[in-house]
This record gives sequence, structure tokens and C-alpha cells, in this order.
Amino acid sequence: MPHIICLAKQVPDPETPASQFRVDEAAKRVIPAPGIQPVPSQFDTIGVEGALRIKDKIPDTTITILSLGPDSSRDTIKHCLAMGADEGVHINDPAVNEADHWATAEVLAAAIQKLAPYDLIIAGRQAVDWDMGVVGSTIAEILGVPVITIGKDVQYENGVVRVERVLMDGFETVEAPTPCVVTVSNELGEPRYPQLRQIMLAARKEVKAWTVSDLGIPTPQNRTKLEALFVPETKVETEFIDGDTPQEKAEKLAGRLREAKLI
Amino acid sequence: MPSGVLVFGEATEDGKLNPVTAELLGAAQRLGGPITCALLGAGVEGLAQECAGFGAQKVIVVDDPILAEYQGDAYLPPAVRITKEVDPSVVLLPQTMKGRDLAPRLAQRLNTAVAMDCVAIEQQSDKLIAERPAYGGSARARYTFNGSPQIVTVRAKALEPAQARAGAQAEIVKQPAGVTPDQVRTRIIDRRKEKAEGVRLEDAKVVVGGGRGMGGPEAFGQLEELAHILGGAVGASRAVCDLGWYPVAAQVGLTGKIVTPDLYIAVGISGASQHMAGISSVKNIVAINKDPDASIFKASRWAVVGDWKDIMPAFTAKVKELKAS
Repeated sequence: MPHIICLAKQVPDPETPASQFRVDEAAKRVIPAPGIQPVPSQFDTIGVEGALRIKDKIPDTTITILSLGPDSSRDTIKHCLAMGADEGVHINDPAVNEADHWATAEVLAAAIQKLAPYDLIIAGRQAVDWDMGVVGSTIAEILGVPVITIGKDVQYENGVVRVERVLMDGFETVEAPTPCVVTVSNELGEPRYPQLRQIMLAARKEVKAWTVSDLGIPTPQNRTKLEALFVPETKVETEFIDGDTPQEKAEKLAGRLREAKLI
Repeated sequence: MPSGVLVFGEATEDGKLNPVTAELLGAAQRLGGPITCALLGAGVEGLAQECAGFGAQKVIVVDDPILAEYQGDAYLPPAVRITKEVDPSVVLLPQTMKGRDLAPRLAQRLNTAVAMDCVAIEQQSDKLIAERPAYGGSARARYTFNGSPQIVTVRAKALEPAQARAGAQAEIVKQPAGVTPDQVRTRIIDRRKEKAEGVRLEDAKVVVGGGRGMGGPEAFGQLEELAHILGGAVGASRAVCDLGWYPVAAQVGLTGKIVTPDLYIAVGISGASQHMAGISSVKNIVAINKDPDASIFKASRWAVVGDWKDIMPAFTAKVKELKAS
């Protein structure tokens, strides 16, 4: 029976309107927009979707959701359990609240080793907060297993994973022996939405809470330092093209582009 | 004591030097110190002289059939070996499909860290400051490194390229990959290109982008018509590609292509930060959107509030007329 570990991170809602996006420059963090709840990073729920498609074909697959984050990250785990995953592990430890991508990978890799044996580790191609896109690959290197990045389709059978990858101008299909790390992209498709019955079932599924000391590793020290976080200035003067009819606006616009020698 | 900059150059599929290589070498010159360029691939030896012209004092060429198609497992052993040998203070890679796959693994094998997709880098005393967009481009983050080497991937077209100097000399060293097939755990079964017609999106001087506001795949015919008249290309937002309205290869944005045309015409695009990340260095953005509060307008030089269905036919006709005159 295959064991798939899916990594899931909770992030500020990326749909937060730009007008409500604020940064605390002194604390170097994003100020949560009032009334907007954090959400699971979408590439990660797409990863859970990929795992569930394997479980749809191989029903005795076990899917474990692994998340590192503060108390509220439990909601992200519960969301993934309600999608149909089986169990959750929440690494909740103030010592790694400020973990950089490397320290995050180090902690998650140790947790994965504690959850062994495993066949597949699936993660989003990047978390939609920091957009770094390195945790999956770094974990693969720490664990010494192969990695296939930016997948749009993940098939698993008899110790082999076959992934269709998104390239800049096309696609490629790559195979690797498991255990293996796979990161997935939005081209995989929409993650399924939890149904009411699933949400009720998820309430009874176990979420283990671990700290770094449960993992048998020393608290990893960050390898990067965040020196500054700010909202970049956009200095564009916008001319709204007016006109009584769409025709007038359209012709005026074309005229402007001609004047600017852009057409 | 680590010093200087190691640049991982890159070849395009048709065997030319990827222009991002000149951008990395330009950045390396501004950082200072000796510059080494590594070229990994099959059939890349002929590109070494070009790297010298862009300011590399030494070019290490690993031209080996095992590197013909990019696979991280094959590229890593020579990349690790060269980095240890050169012992640079800074390693620069392009934020391409290869670079984004290779860089984090290279960093881990060297017990250091990486800052991905940077748009500005500078040296401040002995520290490298790497600046990169975060939160889908809504924020900028600046990083320093606690270890060495400091590894950075750089977004294409973000940094000023080095100017080619004719007759520049570099020490060119050939090395074998030193990889055996059993080290490569992945296997490429199949690779297919999405058919691209006309001008390449990345090279286009004019890009006409369509968003969810287009309402359906058939509407993109109008954008193609305008792009054709202007000698440009059509791009699409991620939502459009996810809905299957337009090919994935046309996706512009953080997880798609970065484009740098002289003119970007955004039609029915709301301006989600994930899309804006793909056009962040475009100076002339035109937005046509029926929502007067669409965030794309904030980044646009010209804004037209209205339904594209009413605007586009008249706009296209006028453009055609002006082009003919």
C-alpha cells in the first residue's frame, strides 16, 4: 500500500486586493488584511489533488499531510484531510517560526524520515507567499532521493513514478524510481473542493502535533537573512482615454500609440 | 578564501547562447572580482568564445552527450565539482527551467542556500544583497547569506547585459561531465513541443494579452488578428490557460513567461500580481477592461474602461489603417 506525503503550507490569501496588501517593514512581514483568513497555498492543494488521483486508482494508498507553521496551520491540514487525505502532522514550534526555506526543508525532511516508509512526497512548485520554489528539491537532496519538478500529471505504479512536466514551450514525461519527490504546478488542474460529508469525516482524522525536538534534530539555523521587505513603488501615470462612444475611445487610443511611435 | 563570480551560462534549444547569459555576465562584472563562466550541455563548446566576449576570464566547458537533455541528476555532479574547484564568492544561474531546477539542489550539495528569481543584486562590503519579488510580486524582499558561496538565480531581462567585446581572450578549459548513466535516476520518456506559430512571445516587440474577461477561447481570434497586424504575439493569463482557452506555452506571469515588449496590450486582464510579475519591466502597458477599479490600470500608461467587445473591433481597424498610412 503506497504512502504519499503531501506538503501543505498555510499562506496569506493571495487573492487579497492589492489595496489591502500591507507590509510591516520593521518586522519584515506581511500584515494580515482584516477579515481575510489565511488559506492553503494553492500549489500545495493541487499536490494533494495529484495524490488523491493516485488514491482514486489505488484505494489502499495512505496520504499524510505535513505542515510546518503556527497554530492556524492546523486549518490547512484539516482542509486537505477534508479533500480526502488520511492523516495529518503539524510541526508547530516557535523555535522555527522564522525558518527560512532551508531550515524549513531541514525540519520537513526530518519529519518525513520519522514518517517513513514513504513512496512519494508531493509539494507545490512554490508557496504563493515567498515564491522561492526550493523546498521540495532541497528535501529530495537531504533525503538522497530523486526529484521531478513542475509536474502537471503524476502517475504511480509499482515503485515507479511517471510525471508529465511543464516546459517553457511544451511538455516532457519523466520517470523515476520511488521514493521520489515531485513538485506540481497549476496545469495539473483544480484541486477538489471538500464535500460536507468529507468535512465531517475529517474532523475525526488524527492530526499529530510535533515539535523540532520530536524529530531528533537540533533546531536548524537559517542560511539566509531577510534584510528588508517592502512594497515596490509603481510610478506610472495613467491616462484614462475618454470618449462618448467605444469607437471614439478606440480611435483615440490608437492615435496615442501612434504618437508614442509604438505602432 | 572564496572570491569572484561563477556564472552558469546556458544554451538555447537551437544551440545558441541564451541571452540571459550576457545578463548574468553583466551582473558579474558589476559585482567585481574574477569571472568564470561554466557551460554545461551537448554541443556548447562553440559558445565559449562568446562568453569570453561578454567578460568571462575563464570558461569551463563541459560538452558531453549525457548532458544533451537537461536532467538535474546529470548536471549536478559537474556543477558541484566546478563550483568547488572555482571556489567563488557568488554563483549566478538563470531563472530558467534548468536554472530553477538545478540551483536549489546545487545549494544543498554545497551546504549553502540560494535566493531564487532575483531582479537586483549588489555587493555591500563583503555581503551580497539579493533582491527578489515575493507575494506574487506585491512585495520585494532583500536577502543576505549566512554561508558561502552565495547562490542566486536571476530573472531573465531584469539585469543589464554585458556588451560584447570583440577579440576578448579567456582561458578555455574543457572538462568531462564525469557522470555515469547509473547516477541519473530519472529517465525522459518523451518530450513534445507545443506548436508555436509566428513571433516568439519572449522576442515580440508587441504582445497582446488576453485574460478571463475574454469570456471564452473563441474570443482570442480577435487578439491574434491585432497581434498579426502589429507583428507581435498573443499572451494569456494563468486563469485563461488553466481554463484551457489558450495554450499553456502562451502563459505570461510568475509561473509562465516573463515578457519585455515595447508595448503590452492587456485585454480583459484584471491585473493579478501573478500576471503582473510577467510584465513588470514593460514600460508601455495599455489596458482595456470594463471594471474601472481593475488593478491593471494602476500599472498602465493608457487605460480604456469599456467592454473589449465594443472597443477591439474599432481599435483593430484604426490600428490597421494607421499601419497602412
